[in-house]
Amino acid sequence: MIDRIHPADDNGSPLCMHLATEAETAALGAALGNALHAGLVIYLLGDLGAGKTTLVRGLLRGLGHRGSVKSPTYTLIEPYVVSRLNLYHFDFYRFNSPDEFLDAGLDEYFGGQGACMVEWPGKAAPHLPPPDLEVALSLAGTGRQVELKAGTEAGRRCLTELSNALRAPPAPA
Amino acid sequence: MKVLGIESSCDETGVALYDSARGLLGHRVHSQIDLHAAYGGVVPELASRDHIRRLPLLVRETLAEAGCALSEIDALAYTAGPGLAGALLVGAGAAEALALALDVPALPIHHLEGHLLSPLLAADAPDFPFVALLVSGGHTQLMRVTGVGEYELLGESLDDAAGEAFDKTAKLLGLGYPGGPQLAALAATGSAGRFRLPRPMLNSGDLDFSFSGLKTAVLNVVSAPGWQAADAADLAADFQQAVVEVLVRKALAALRSTGLQRLVVAGGVGANRELRAQLDRAAARRGWRVYYPEAELCTDNGAMIAFAGALRLAAGAGGSREGRIAIRPRWPLAELMRP
Repeated sequence: MIDRIHPADDNGSPLCMHLATEAETAALGAALGNALHAGLVIYLLGDLGAGKTTLVRGLLRGLGHRGSVKSPTYTLIEPYVVSRLNLYHFDFYRFNSPDEFLDAGLDEYFGGQGACMVEWPGKAAPHLPPPDLEVALSLAGTGRQVELKAGTEAGRRCLTELSNALRAPPAPA
Repeated sequence: MKVLGIESSCDETGVALYDSARGLLGHRVHSQIDLHAAYGGVVPELASRDHIRRLPLLVRETLAEAGCALSEIDALAYTAGPGLAGALLVGAGAAEALALALDVPALPIHHLEGHLLSPLLAADAPDFPFVALLVSGGHTQLMRVTGVGEYELLGESLDDAAGEAFDKTAKLLGLGYPGGPQLAALAATGSAGRFRLPRPMLNSGDLDFSFSGLKTAVLNVVSAPGWQAADAADLAADFQQAVVEVLVRKALAALRSTGLQRLVVAGGVGANRELRAQLDRAAARRGWRVYYPEAELCTDNGAMIAFAGALRLAAGAGGSREGRIAIRPRWPLAELMRP
């Protein structure tokens, strides 16, 4: 069970959680998937090994994706079509210059009807649209600390839905 | 039949001339590793620009080495995917343009087909059928190969490729780029057994791989209090042992489940000494054989592309003469057709 440390509030405080295991990171991803809307831009922050791709894998699994979820480090983008939306998983780790984001035409994925999950967004700044939601993962003992912060109204709605879903008692089996 | 092959899917520009009667006549690779070293990784746009700069020169050098004029080329073969779109376009554009100018066919080649057929270029080449273990920075796959264009995927990495795990773990240990070979060199100076790292999916019952968790396990070790940089060599040895053990066990399982006795290892990680030593030992115990490409053909190169093109032509593939540039940055090998 995911241990909620601090709920998000209307003053913009982040939703903070402790994730004890990889399975909990994936579970948070699945819950986030249910609160996802078309057009959302989500930044995934955290060092190598923090669990960014694991979170996206949980999210895609939760939305019914059966195939593999590979790290996009080498391909820069892995596109998915899941039940109700296009989901684009980016990783700009290998960028040298932010301009490569434009040179590669990746800006065309944003601003449309897809949901964009972005690893290493700093490497594409300032060309990247601002995030609706920021998910920051960091090491905490053998587990992970995660902070989710909304940057827009759409992000706040997503965060509220996620927060309610995490608070709701589990559905009877 | 002389085929000029062009490879530009990632950070190496490769050109080669293969003659179906006389073998490999010329072969040039220009690596962008020095260029990328300053940035800690392959940089897509730098890669594209560098391919453009290098290709004309490499074609001239390759033909000079082969003692062959442009007009003697019978066909072009180029890597059409998978890879970085911008980088692929450079090789595809050059090959299609040359083919159009020379009025010869051009064949788009799957990068991984090039790799898994490359051991057939060696003096001691395996016969079909065989199991291929493809391990590189972008791919980790096991395949059953029964002929040219007949590839059945047996298993693959569900997250990071083995080479990617080497590169990222090297970064976690503070090594430069490309980290894989440096990590292996560091591992050779340490001894395995001090750090307990997981063997992801070792007993999963299938032939799939997962290396992302291993990278995370290394992160946990180096982030724990009491970690000392002096222990890096031993940790590198344990990391390498974990990757090698999984690769060896799954490759052997693939041979058992297919009933085949020949294993072909291709891709950059196939040059790893520890992997080769453990595969050779395990196979020898069972009377099986492991085949590797020539050392210089382990990493990306034009020779494997020219060779795959020549095999496809010999098997009846016609190629195209329309000058149509057809790249597929994402191209599952299973979708590849027989010639």
